[in-house]
Amino acid sequence: MHDHTTPATSTTTQAATSTATSGTEDDHVYLSLAEAAPGPEGEGRWAYGTGFADPLLGVDTALPAGLDGADLAAYCLMLGDDALILAQRLIEWCTRAPELEEEVALANLGLDLLGQARLLLTRAGQADGTGRSEDDLAYWREEHEFRNVRLVETPNGDFAYSIARLLLFATTRGVLYEALSAHPDPVLAAVAARGVKELAYHREYATAWTLRLGDGTPYSAERMQAGLDAVWPLLEELFTAHPVERRVGVDPAELREPVLRALGAVVAEAGLTVPDVPPLATVLGRAGRDGVHTEALGPLLAELQVVARAHPGATW
Amino acid sequence: MVTGTAAGAGVVAAVDTVRDQAWEVAAAVPDPELPMLTLADLGVLADVEVDGGSGAVTAWLTPTYSGCPAVAEMAADVDRRLRAAGYPDVRVRLRLDPPWSTDLITAEGRRKLAAAGIAPPRPGGAAPAGRGPVPLTLGPARTGTATAAPVACPHCGDADTEELSRFGSTACKALWRCRACREPFERVKEI
Repeated sequence: MHDHTTPATSTTTQAATSTATSGTEDDHVYLSLAEAAPGPEGEGRWAYGTGFADPLLGVDTALPAGLDGADLAAYCLMLGDDALILAQRLIEWCTRAPELEEEVALANLGLDLLGQARLLLTRAGQADGTGRSEDDLAYWREEHEFRNVRLVETPNGDFAYSIARLLLFATTRGVLYEALSAHPDPVLAAVAARGVKELAYHREYATAWTLRLGDGTPYSAERMQAGLDAVWPLLEELFTAHPVERRVGVDPAELREPVLRALGAVVAEAGLTVPDVPPLATVLGRAGRDGVHTEALGPLLAELQVVARAHPGATW
Repeated sequence: MVTGTAAGAGVVAAVDTVRDQAWEVAAAVPDPELPMLTLADLGVLADVEVDGGSGAVTAWLTPTYSGCPAVAEMAADVDRRLRAAGYPDVRVRLRLDPPWSTDLITAEGRRKLAAAGIAPPRPGGAAPAGRGPVPLTLGPARTGTATAAPVACPHCGDADTEELSRFGSTACKALWRCRACREPFERVKEI
């Protein structure tokens, strides 16, 4: 049983010794890092756990007049969970991508999304008045409390499936962030304004691979088409409004036309066909935004949360 | 409060000097990932304010990429350096708006990047990023053939270079190769 009041130093030791091969030398390294007195020239650079790791450090957290805190928090959770869960899927490609360059690329895209998720979850914890941190929200919620769309949680499949998923997500999220850049909440607007530029790189990457595979060999085209066919039933959910989105955000129905037009252009240029498939069924009209997920989310969360839950309150 | 009196003008001038000195301290902090550049070269240091009454220093940083893991270290470094320089009351704040752009990298920063073997971003190249349609062509990645200005090799200066991967060792860099001297190099990409 872990003692939640364990002092930071002994928690550090615990974390170090829990890795199979570490011994006393590793303990010493960890402890010296944690205890190093920072010098003026920045030796002892060790920012984590110092209070500087807050992604909204010193940012004005006041809610603009007329915005409901609970609604804003729920909306930030929806967008933040989308980013967090897709980041987790993207970094699963590490050591598994077809080439090192693709592995680095996918990890980079995941890092952008993780950064957006940190800001959005932090904002959610402020806006709902609970003061929950990004870590509280990422590591200590259960499956039904996550508000991401189901598109981001399904297993990676093959490279074509992952590229197709990224194409759908990045295109939609890019259009959404453009609209949210003018949102009355300054934090959400700032996240979106920076996100627009990052998502443009994501769209470019997914578009380039869709073209390369679609316009490559007959076999690569077949695989890319299969990826699009498999992911397309999850697209409709991205255009389906939850009441919170209508009240405090951008109505996702407004994204349908520009997103379908952009996707159609990419698919046509790749020599592929826009899939004609029915949307994935919901449970009495409820889906990811209501906390109703596919069976893929549970194992993903188990992996994402296991270290934080094994060492509650650990600092390093 | 600025007044018309000589004494008032003197106070304002004194605060400005203190502010400039505090700026110099914060501006000299190196970037954790590109230590040849300072936070001022990188355009990350947005502002420094000194309260004329209390002497409290507030430094504003604009983070680069959403996922940049160096932000916490930058903030801690600025705080530490200002305290070490004798300012007892220091606050570091993040400023998210306007978002950081490679256009904020100073001319000196670009020169230092090139000197360190990293091709700097094209000046003004960040403007169209994120707007408009994504290109639907798979053109050659070599510069000189595209509409964008060529990327010169930071080693030999030749413009016959090609992109190997748009994503590299850090979020802000792409991996390139010079076709003249055959050396690979990193390039800070426009955002």
